[in-house]
Amino acid sequence: MSNKDLLNLIDITVSFEGFLALNKLNLNLKKGELRAVIGPNGAGKTTFLDVITGKVKPTKGEVIFKGKSLVGRKEHKIARLGVGRKFQSPRIFENLTVKENLEISVTTPKSPLNLINKNIKDEQLTEIDRLMKIVNLAQKVDSKAGSLSHGQKQWLEIAMLVGQKPDLMLVDEPVAGLTDEETDLTADLLKSLSGENTVVVIDHDMEFIRRLDSNVSVLNQGTVLCEGTMETIQKDKKVIDVYLGRPED
Amino acid sequence: MSLSKIKFDKKIVLSFWIILIALIIAAPTLLPVFRLNLLGRYLSLSIVALGVDLIWGYTGLLSLGQGIFFALGGYCAAMYLQITSSSEFPNNIPEFFALYGVEKLPFFWEPFRSPVFTFLAIWVIPALVAGLIGFLVFRNRIKGVYFSILTQASLLVFFNFFNGQQKLINGTNGLKTDVTQLFGQMVGSESMQRIFFWITAILVIAAWFFAKWVVKGRFGNILIGIRDDEPRVRFTGYNPVIFKTIIFSIAGGLAGISGALYTVQSGIVSPQFMTVPFSIEMVIWVAVGGRGTLLGAILGAVFINYAKSLVSEALPASWMFIQGGLFILVVTALPEGVLGWIQGDGPRNLLQRFGLKRKIETYPSLEVNNKEGDNE
Repeated sequence: MSNKDLLNLIDITVSFEGFLALNKLNLNLKKGELRAVIGPNGAGKTTFLDVITGKVKPTKGEVIFKGKSLVGRKEHKIARLGVGRKFQSPRIFENLTVKENLEISVTTPKSPLNLINKNIKDEQLTEIDRLMKIVNLAQKVDSKAGSLSHGQKQWLEIAMLVGQKPDLMLVDEPVAGLTDEETDLTADLLKSLSGENTVVVIDHDMEFIRRLDSNVSVLNQGTVLCEGTMETIQKDKKVIDVYLGRPED
Repeated sequence: MSLSKIKFDKKIVLSFWIILIALIIAAPTLLPVFRLNLLGRYLSLSIVALGVDLIWGYTGLLSLGQGIFFALGGYCAAMYLQITSSSEFPNNIPEFFALYGVEKLPFFWEPFRSPVFTFLAIWVIPALVAGLIGFLVFRNRIKGVYFSILTQASLLVFFNFFNGQQKLINGTNGLKTDVTQLFGQMVGSESMQRIFFWITAILVIAAWFFAKWVVKGRFGNILIGIRDDEPRVRFTGYNPVIFKTIIFSIAGGLAGISGALYTVQSGIVSPQFMTVPFSIEMVIWVAVGGRGTLLGAILGAVFINYAKSLVSEALPASWMFIQGGLFILVVTALPEGVLGWIQGDGPRNLLQRFGLKRKIETYPSLEVNNKEGDNE
């Protein structure tokens, strides 16, 4: 653990009625880092995000974000501290328009009084315009988000995530169901976000992860199997065993 | 295409307003006193329906206990009327106390001597009670069907409590208001009832605009967000508990106003306002009228109740079957309610099914056949 770390997960254990979803998981993230997290099904990738965002309380262990412990804090408090999350299947508000979706994400402070009393600030409107251009949704401003294509929904959710201006972005399978071209654009977008933001990407798609050109953590059975660049990972014996299966155990 | 549709809707809205205002102005001369009084009552019920639409249609909270807040508003109004009209009774307290040998006014009646306090209490007390119940429930993340059951259970608790308190509020008999005096006039008199009708009509419109103001813009969008995907709202940094508590409290306040207006026009408030079927009916009005449309809640409340009284006069036993059938029809065929169906593409689809209206042309055929460009 060093001062430059944005997030430290220390010995995180999550037990669901005896089943260890996470088992003494340790992970450190530097400020501005782009990190990919991969792992087979059931490795605990989503639980790992649930612990950081406060949806699941770890049975044991500590989550330190910007020097503060996140364990026991409510989800909305953690979000306000600067942790943003994109869900696996696009979770946008389908009955609201693209613009209204983005308004929800860029609005600060997020108190009822501010929302009912005041109009949205000009700089927030500018920010919405900027975000819509980045994700190519400028023509769809007033369309219901539910009418967007799958790829556009994914991008709208990424735009909502960016609009929240989080220090830490947790992105769960952003390219599921996207075309190759969209996948490449998404990879570029995420790469451009790192540096200023810290980004954690979870995915199965190896081509996509390779394209991110970042450090990779491999999760297996609730713990970090190994960490390193894509090349190191691919040569690692343990990783090959997990992904390809051991010959006759 | 979409442009002409919007203009069309505006015309409907404008003509609706003109007809509505004309009807309200003309109603006292057009309708016999009995019918006018019924209409006034049903209009007051539309205010509680607006609240149901806010919490259910917009926020997804299906409350089966709005009768609590409705009755609280009614009791506040009735207590004021009873206490200000009690000067000729023994001990200067409302008449019914003598039946139970009560000689001193219970303490909580005292503030209701003040008209200002009463006007505030009618909506503030139900709003506070709703806020308190709501906060405790929402904080523990109770939602969906569990929330509905809890509100219904609370309703029964209130019903049984009010029913049993003869010495405090005349128990199951309730408090009569029609023989009380207000500004030197009998509340049940024709002229007073006409004034109550006007007040009700104005308040319905005011409540409608208030509800529209609440759901417009970002606050309303958060409510819709909570309805559709509450965890997502939470992960975006909003605290749904506060939003839900506020809107439940608003709905409670509206229910209180509604209950007070209903009480003065029906002449009595009693624990019957807190029976289970009545609170479920409120939900049916909104479901039939159209969830999430506000106007649908008002129309649903007025028309269903008017239909109820007309049908009950003709065929006394049949109303419950019709109401049940209506609800089944809405749930199976018109999930958006009547107004939601009209605002959507419902009428067009129906005409199309009978071959009366051309289908919307798809864009390839527009390009080929529509060189005139008359589709604008």
